This record gives sequence, structure tokens and C-alpha cells, in this order.
Amino acid sequence: MSNETIAETAAGNKVLDIEAIRNDFPILNRLVKGHPLVYLDNAATSQKPAAVIDALVYYYTQLNANVHRGIHTLAEEATAAFEATRDALRQFINAAHREEIIYTKGTTEGINLVAYTWGRKNLQEGDEVIISGMEHHSNIVPWQIVCEEKKAVLKVIPVNEKGELILEVYDQLLSERTKLVSVVHVSNAMGTINPVKTIIDKAHAKGALVLIDGAQSSMHLDIDVQELDCDFFALSAHKMFGPTGAGALYGKKHILEAMPVFNGGGEMIKEVTFEKTTYNELPYKFEAGTPNIADFVAFKPAIEYINTLGKENIRKHEDELLSYATRKVTELEGVRIIGEAAEKASVLSFVIDGVHPQDIGILLDNKGIAVRTGHHCAEPLMNRFCIPGTIRASFAVYNTLEEIDKLADGLKKAIRLLR
Amino acid sequence: MAAHKSIEEIEEEIVDEFSLFDSWDDKYEYIIDLGKKLQPLDDAFKKDENKVKGCQSTVWLVADYQDGHVIYKAESDAVIVKGLISMLIRVLSNHTPDEILNADMDFINKIGMTSHLAQTRSNGLRAMVKQMKHYALAFKSLKFDA
Ligand SMILES: Cc1ncc(COP(=O)(O)O)c(C=O)c1O
Repeated sequence: MSNETIAETAAGNKVLDIEAIRNDFPILNRLVKGHPLVYLDNAATSQKPAAVIDALVYYYTQLNANVHRGIHTLAEEATAAFEATRDALRQFINAAHREEIIYTKGTTEGINLVAYTWGRKNLQEGDEVIISGMEHHSNIVPWQIVCEEKKAVLKVIPVNEKGELILEVYDQLLSERTKLVSVVHVSNAMGTINPVKTIIDKAHAKGALVLIDGAQSSMHLDIDVQELDCDFFALSAHKMFGPTGAGALYGKKHILEAMPVFNGGGEMIKEVTFEKTTYNELPYKFEAGTPNIADFVAFKPAIEYINTLGKENIRKHEDELLSYATRKVTELEGVRIIGEAAEKASVLSFVIDGVHPQDIGILLDNKGIAVRTGHHCAEPLMNRFCIPGTIRASFAVYNTLEEIDKLADGLKKAIRLLR
Repeated sequence: MAAHKSIEEIEEEIVDEFSLFDSWDDKYEYIIDLGKKLQPLDDAFKKDENKVKGCQSTVWLVADYQDGHVIYKAESDAVIVKGLISMLIRVLSNHTPDEILNADMDFINKIGMTSHLAQTRSNGLRAMVKQMKHYALAFKSLKFDA
């Protein structure tokens, strides 16, 4: 695809004004090592638009009070702002009820919550939990812990050479013993978009529940939990232009209601006596203690920012970036792309013959280019490809073709120096 | 052999050499060059117990004790790290355990490496220095035992 074709295809459709978008992200103006920042580590965390940063300042300068507790004005306003994000999230993933949205610290906590509450209650000796070979450690370790505790068995859907799940093996793994399937929607290490609808339907046919790790997909794909029919869906605000330390776990209402509580403390109780404590209703039953109020308040403008741009438009631009970057990087000598799935989102992972990813990362950083190098918290996947790690460039809507040219140029120079 | 240089003198030498570079590009080019020239470690030494837990790259470090002096050899699978190791070896190798244990290694700051390398990576550098001093300490106690 040449620059011209890109302009042509874009011309007919609604085009995002990328320069205007860049102006919304103050950090993109900074210099790194004397160079304009080229931020290509969006799969690790996205940058924040001014609306989100302003909301944080606004919260602390105008609203700060504890939520759900006071009758004074600040407490009321803070609670309203805090709860408004839940409605925005409900709509964002099209959940049926607002109380199906549980606030968490992020995807990791969401998965742990399900493992420790639903898992401890429902898994028994000999039961099976299925994950995949491309999971982030946060969707591996909690299941290992609970499976070990409950003497349940953890099974893994293997990954093929292109970085796709081998669904024929998934079919064989599924059985009446399968109690839960927990898979990543979009791989953070390779960008693979997994066919989660198929995975969910097949699991349900065997009576198993399904958790979708939506850490990477929430920003890039349309999410409709009712259409997907997933039982749980976990996401992180910081990967979708929002603040760190905030996230959400979606769960179907009847399943959440039947689940034991997670943490005990304030907020999550109805009545406490030393004899017996009764628990609060959803979603508060899972939200013990004073939450991360400011960051949840500032999560809403992040969601609105994505809604305003439109996921389809975001996706179109990111796909352009991905295919352009794939072409430019493949042109370099000795490059091997890790993850060549037919369906990919916004992540380009690769290794270079005879060059250590860390060396590339250091030299690119020296040019102000931020990429991630290493195993991306997916060591089993790296072992699958017999590599210690990759160089990963991951894109967001504010990235430009010009930045990818800088990446390609930086790579070329680094390779020349290192070989 | 020329007069034996002290650790401080070698550190100063390196700081002087680095002061000649105008840019980070030049510094890295130099470090990469050092890395490429670092004498490879015999494969027999590349085993788990010789690994220094770094961040992303693997570093193997071995030490020998000869005539009251510690001799280091090391290697890594990443070139820049190899260049950094090469400097550490140049500074610390062939000194007595006491000299090594007292070295403040301030040259790393002076050539801008701690501030320039990200936390995770300079931790690797720190881990290497720590491991080198660890060997020195071990040899020192050996000496008194003997
Ligand atoms: C696919 C995937 N799952 C889970 C996580 C964990 O997310 P968090 O660290 O926000 O809890 C990440 C973040 O790196 C991820 O990319």
C-alpha cells in the first residue's frame, strides 16, 4: 500500500484528523533524548487525552469526597460522577444491567476475582479449565493457583505457526469436565484477534462458562457482551486512554449474584454484627473499601473520547498503520514477524536475525522511539516460538505513517550498528 | 606489563574517553564496538549457576583468583550489555578483593549510563557489579581461611 492509495481509500470515507487528535494528547509534545517522542508502546498503556487529565484535576479541585457515604454535597457529586462511569461502561460493552459492571484495578484484578470467588466455589477435583497458549501471565497464574488448590486441571489451546489458536484441538479439549474457558480477545504479544464468539458458543454447548480477557480488545474492537454471550469480560482503563488503577469486570448478573464475595470490608456489606454479616447488592458486594474514585471519574472522558472518534474510524486508521508498518519492517533484512494471523489488531511483533531485542530497544529509545522488547508477560508464547522475546511496536489512533518511517529508519540504523 | 593502574585511574580514563564523544550515538557506537570485541566466554561456563539475573538479556559471569587478584570473564547475548560488561571488567578485573570491594564505580554515573539507561536495564548493570563484588568477597574470605 503506497501513501497515495492510503489517501485515496481514506478520501471516500470519514477520515479522522490525526493532527487534531495528536493535539489532544499533551505528552506527544515532549522530547525524548532530544527527539520528538514516537510512542509505539500502546499495548502496554495508552497515552491520555487532556480531557482525562483535566477530569483528574477537576475531581481533586472540585469534587473530592468519599463515595456512597455522605449526605453532603461533595459526597453526592463525587458519587454521581463515580457512578456515571459505570453507565458509560455498561453502554460501551452493551451490558444488560449497570450492576453487571464491577469496578476493579484492571484486567488482572478482574481475572483474579473470578478465579478466587467463582473458581474456589465451583471448581472441584478433576474439573478442567481451558486457557490458551497466547495468554498474558495474568490469565495464566490465577488459574494455576486455583487449579492447584482445587486439584483441577489446566488445559491449553495450542497456537499455530502464524500465531492463531488451533481450534481443532480446542474442540478435543472441550468436554463435560470443562468448567471454564478463559481466553484473550486480542493477543498483546502478537495482535491476533481470536474468534471468541466461536470459542464461547462451543464452551456453552458443553456447559462451561467463558471469561474474555479484553485488556487489548476494548480499545480496538466493538464489544457487545450480550451478542458475544460471554459470562465474564475483563478490561483496563489505562489501555483505553484512561487512568491507571481502574478497570472493570463484566459478569452476567445471575452468575455474579451466586458468586461468593471477594474482599471483605466497607462498602460491600449490608449489615455487620459479630454474629453475622450480610452483604451488599451488586455491584458493591465486590467493591470493598474506598475505591480509586478520581481515576474512575476520569475514566468516563476516556470512554467518551473513544466513542467520539468511533471505533470503526479508529480501527481503520490503526489497520493502515499496521499494514504500513508490517511492510516497512518486513523489508529489513533478517526480520521475522511473530504473529501473522489473518485477523490482527494494532500490534507488530518481530525478531531480527543475530540481533538481541534489548539492543534494538536501547538504540530506538536513543532516538526517542518507545517500543517494548522482551517477553511481553507471555513467556509460554515465547517458548512456543523458541525465542526469548520480541521487539513489539503497538499502535494507537494518534500514531502516524511518518512515525512508522522513523521506526523503520531507526531499525535500519540500529541493525547496521549491531550486526 | 606497565605499572599497575588503580581502579580509580582506570575509571578516570574511561570518563576521559567518554568526554570526547559529542553525542549518544557515538557513545553507543563505542560501547557496541567494545561489546563485539569482548572475548567470548567458553561455552562450558555458560550454565545457569553463572547467570546474573538481569532484565531481558542473559549475562554469564565467572571469576578466578590468581596471585591475590580477581580475574573476571563474562559474556551476554546482547551486544550493548556486553560492551558495558567489558568496561566493568576493565575497571575491576586484576585487582585485589579489597580494592574491588571498595570501588564506588562512580564512572557509571559520570559517563551518564545510570541516567541514560532505563531503570530495568541499569538494574542489570547494578546486579552485575553486585555479583562481581560478591565474588571478591568470597575470595577474600578464602584468603583468610587458607
Ligand atoms: C492481554 C492482556 N491481559 C491482561 C493484561 C493485564 O492488564 P493490567 O496490567 O492492566 O491488569 C494485559 C496488560 O498488559 C494484557 O495485555
